[in-house]
Amino acid sequence: MTFIDFNFYLFATLLIVAALGVITARNPVHSALWLVLSFFASSALWILLEAEFLAIALVLVYVGAVMVLFLFVVMMLDINVEQMRKGFVRYLPIGALVALVLAAQMIWIVGPVGPDVLGDESLQQSVRHAADYSNTKELGRILYTEYVLPFEIAAVILLVAIVAAIALTLRRRPATKYQTPANQVKVKRNDRLRIVKMDAEAKE
Amino acid sequence: MMIEFIPDWLIVFWNWFPVDIQTVLIILGKIVLILLPLLLSVAYVTYAERKVIGAMQVRIGPNRVGFFGFRLWGLGQPIADTLKLMMKEVVLPTKANKFLFLTAPVLSIAPALAAWAVIPFDRGMALTEINAGLLYVLALTSIGVYGVIIAGWASNSKYAMLSALRAGAQIVAYEIAMGFALVGVLMASGSLNLGDIVEAQAGGFENWFAWPLLPLFFVYFISGVAETNRAPFDVAEGESEIVAGFHVEYSGMAFAIFFLAEYANIILISALTSLMFLGGWLSPFENAAFAQGTFLAETSLLWFVGKISFFIFVFFWLRATFPRYRYDQIMRLGWKVFIPVTIVWLVVEAVMFVAKVGPWAV
Amino acid sequence: MTLEALNYLTAWPEIFLLTMACIVLVVDVFISDDKRDFSYYLSQLALLGTFAMVMMVQVDGREVAFNNMFVQDALSVVLKSFILALSFAAFVYSRDYLKDRNIFKGEYYVLGLFAVLGMMLMVSANNLLMIYLGLELLSLCLYAMVAFNRDNGNASEAAMKYFVLGAIASGMLLYGMSILYGLSGSLFLSDITVAISQADDSRIGMVFALVFILVALAFKLGAVPFHMWVPDVYQGSPTAVTVFIGTAPKLAGFAMIMRLLVEAMGDLQADWQQMLIILSVLSMATGNIIAIAQTNIKRMLAYSTISHVGFILLGILAGSNEAYAAAMFYTISYAVMSLGAFGIIMLLARKGFEAEEIDDFKGLNQRSPWFAFLMLVLMLSMAGVPPTVGFWAKLAVLKMVVQMDMVWLALVAVFFSIIGVFYYLRIIKVMYFDEIADNQPLSCGRDMQITLSSNALLVLALGLYPAGLMSLCLSVFA
Repeated sequence: MTFIDFNFYLFATLLIVAALGVITARNPVHSALWLVLSFFASSALWILLEAEFLAIALVLVYVGAVMVLFLFVVMMLDINVEQMRKGFVRYLPIGALVALVLAAQMIWIVGPVGPDVLGDESLQQSVRHAADYSNTKELGRILYTEYVLPFEIAAVILLVAIVAAIALTLRRRPATKYQTPANQVKVKRNDRLRIVKMDAEAKE
Repeated sequence: MMIEFIPDWLIVFWNWFPVDIQTVLIILGKIVLILLPLLLSVAYVTYAERKVIGAMQVRIGPNRVGFFGFRLWGLGQPIADTLKLMMKEVVLPTKANKFLFLTAPVLSIAPALAAWAVIPFDRGMALTEINAGLLYVLALTSIGVYGVIIAGWASNSKYAMLSALRAGAQIVAYEIAMGFALVGVLMASGSLNLGDIVEAQAGGFENWFAWPLLPLFFVYFISGVAETNRAPFDVAEGESEIVAGFHVEYSGMAFAIFFLAEYANIILISALTSLMFLGGWLSPFENAAFAQGTFLAETSLLWFVGKISFFIFVFFWLRATFPRYRYDQIMRLGWKVFIPVTIVWLVVEAVMFVAKVGPWAV
Repeated sequence: MTLEALNYLTAWPEIFLLTMACIVLVVDVFISDDKRDFSYYLSQLALLGTFAMVMMVQVDGREVAFNNMFVQDALSVVLKSFILALSFAAFVYSRDYLKDRNIFKGEYYVLGLFAVLGMMLMVSANNLLMIYLGLELLSLCLYAMVAFNRDNGNASEAAMKYFVLGAIASGMLLYGMSILYGLSGSLFLSDITVAISQADDSRIGMVFALVFILVALAFKLGAVPFHMWVPDVYQGSPTAVTVFIGTAPKLAGFAMIMRLLVEAMGDLQADWQQMLIILSVLSMATGNIIAIAQTNIKRMLAYSTISHVGFILLGILAGSNEAYAAAMFYTISYAVMSLGAFGIIMLLARKGFEAEEIDDFKGLNQRSPWFAFLMLVLMLSMAGVPPTVGFWAKLAVLKMVVQMDMVWLALVAVFFSIIGVFYYLRIIKVMYFDEIADNQPLSCGRDMQITLSSNALLVLALGLYPAGLMSLCLSVFA
């Protein structure tokens, strides 16, 4: 077992443990944190695959932003854990069945049993790249040439998501008092202050 | 070579380890070499802060605690503080989530220290030079927020919870502007490798990215201040409103670790700003006639340390000068000012790229 | 790779539409509420401009762009021009309706334009990725539009149901697509066709993928048993949105079926034919029978949609080029009819009043003989009574089914459409023979009157002269 193999098994085990933690943790905040751990573990696995850009983007986007907001919501909600766990045993068989089917399909497609689509040939093609190979650069090149249309459309979808979210939630409350910092900064002396010329009064 | 000075038995002993273990040992050694000076600087940055702010407010600052009966301008103060914090009891609030309560400080210090793995201190002098160094740093600074959020939640205290929410929203908001600013740096240097980014600024101070990317430089540094929850963006602590924010329930060593993380982050942001905008370890006078032949024209660690110190000083300066921002204004600044500014400047940069001016004039 | 290699000029209409949508979005932020009409005119201008560009596209057979991701062929040009025209009319109808309900906002038009863009991309997709992205772009806009009247509980409920079920359907679609990708090793439709034709031991996997994709398609079109969202969404959303959802997206859905089932998985025809028969019969039965029990006209039209979807599927499952043309004819004429019907519903609605109940149509003939006549034409067309286009659409589809030696299926279809005639005739009866219940005069702008009249007259005109549209549809599949 090489050092890389060791790392693989280490992080793969971690990933499985963390994923189990997500669904078995009693406290939803703990579940969310287990999910963070599983993101980390899978990111480490991606680094082993030389996909450093994706690995770091996973941490940056999911751990750094998405899960933070997720935790926010989970922390502020008063979730009745017992209520949520009620159906666990009842739904376990069907859940297990779905999981089993999914696993069987994957094994069938990827594994040696089924239609050998990946084939030994393509598996052997995964050569190690030189140290100066930049995964980021390659991704950028392919995204802006071959996949430029889907890439742009994905951007449009995100734009629509923003527009939709704002259109559905933004409410102007007329009663709210606003401060506009720009106006505050623009204030001149003469807007606020009036100097009145007065003659000095004689002392009584 | 140095190897001549090492006794034979040590080399034999060393070679007796498998190669993988040797690698691990070397990496561990490097980590120690980075972390020890770093932690020491953290201790003395707190001292510097008190001295600088003292001077700005016409006070003296700490000047009593010294070594062996000598006062030495109070240089023993950080050591004394550290010992005091280590001796104190860590109080666990009732109904606090014990495990997370104790994990939170670790989560806040770990990314602050881990980010140093890719920081080059001089040409080729880094723990590891990875291709996506810039992204790595960005990712790690963004996960520092977990320490704050978890501390706030696990403390089972209103003030801590409020602070966690404030800090979370603030950090997520400023991270975007920070990321965009880094995209500008990436466009200018054409690389995500921090070493390459510095080398792209070679040739004296006029080649620093700070000039063509001036708005991004400001946005990055100010966002950095906001990311570290420092004044004037320290609403997460806001001692006048929410006592001390997320670490209100922490005491002793647990509190000290938060403290450590905050200052480690200050140094980190300063280091990154100098690497990306002020040419890191490069000399500003590389081509200046007066400096030729002296150490001033050489690239060295000293320049890097000097630039870091400057930015750390700016952190203190800001704290001594500005009142705390109101929370809605922090959000406004982040979302409505910084993000548009960075996006506009990325477009300007693209125009400069096409027109071949600035760093693109090849 | 150079910019020219992308051949991006082929996608000019889409690029123009995207640019205009962004312009509307930005302009709308800066104009005050009383000038909101400007956003409306700008959006209509965008649709007209795009329409003109689509018309100008010269297609010799097929032209691909963006590295084969995007295809411009006869099918896409015809469907796109109808999508644009239908959306244009939907925008015209909805203006007064939105104004009366204080939801006349630029976002409606921005989301609408993006939805049209999504449909155009779906129609032109040549890659599984593009189909999915176009669909998501469309769906996301529709989810938000359904909830547009956010103070209305029904609308929010409808949006929630639509969103959750739509997300499940998207998940199904992606799952099917990923299996297909795993087996064929490519996302391009042409590669998948090749992979399927050469498949031997992996064929069962392909069928498995087909099942998931078909379920998703049925979800999106609203075929039974995946129709649960249709009545709630049609009824709950503002009629201005219902008219949008009920028309152009059906054409995009038809294009998606053509691209996925016929183009990519044509070799699996024997398999999907079986599944489509079940979906189609169930849709016709459920749609027509449940529609009878409805008192809410929007809900009734929703069930009628379900039954019409059954007919469209009937055309597709017949599986010849002429049959596809018949299905396309059906889809287009159905979209035109339902556009008109929802237009009339919006015409009857006014500030603080929704003309949603069938009773609201009582005595329409006395209030406005002209619009009552238009509604008569539309209802007859939906029922499939000559001389309206609905008759020819049903006839064309049934002819194809009979040609495929599935006479029993044709008989079933005829049986259920005869049941369906009942509830369409009921509307006519209510309009012409019932006592007037609501004496408020009808008021609407000149633009809406003209568009609505020409819409209903088009149904009649196509009924009198169906050959033009039919030959257009046939030329697409020639």
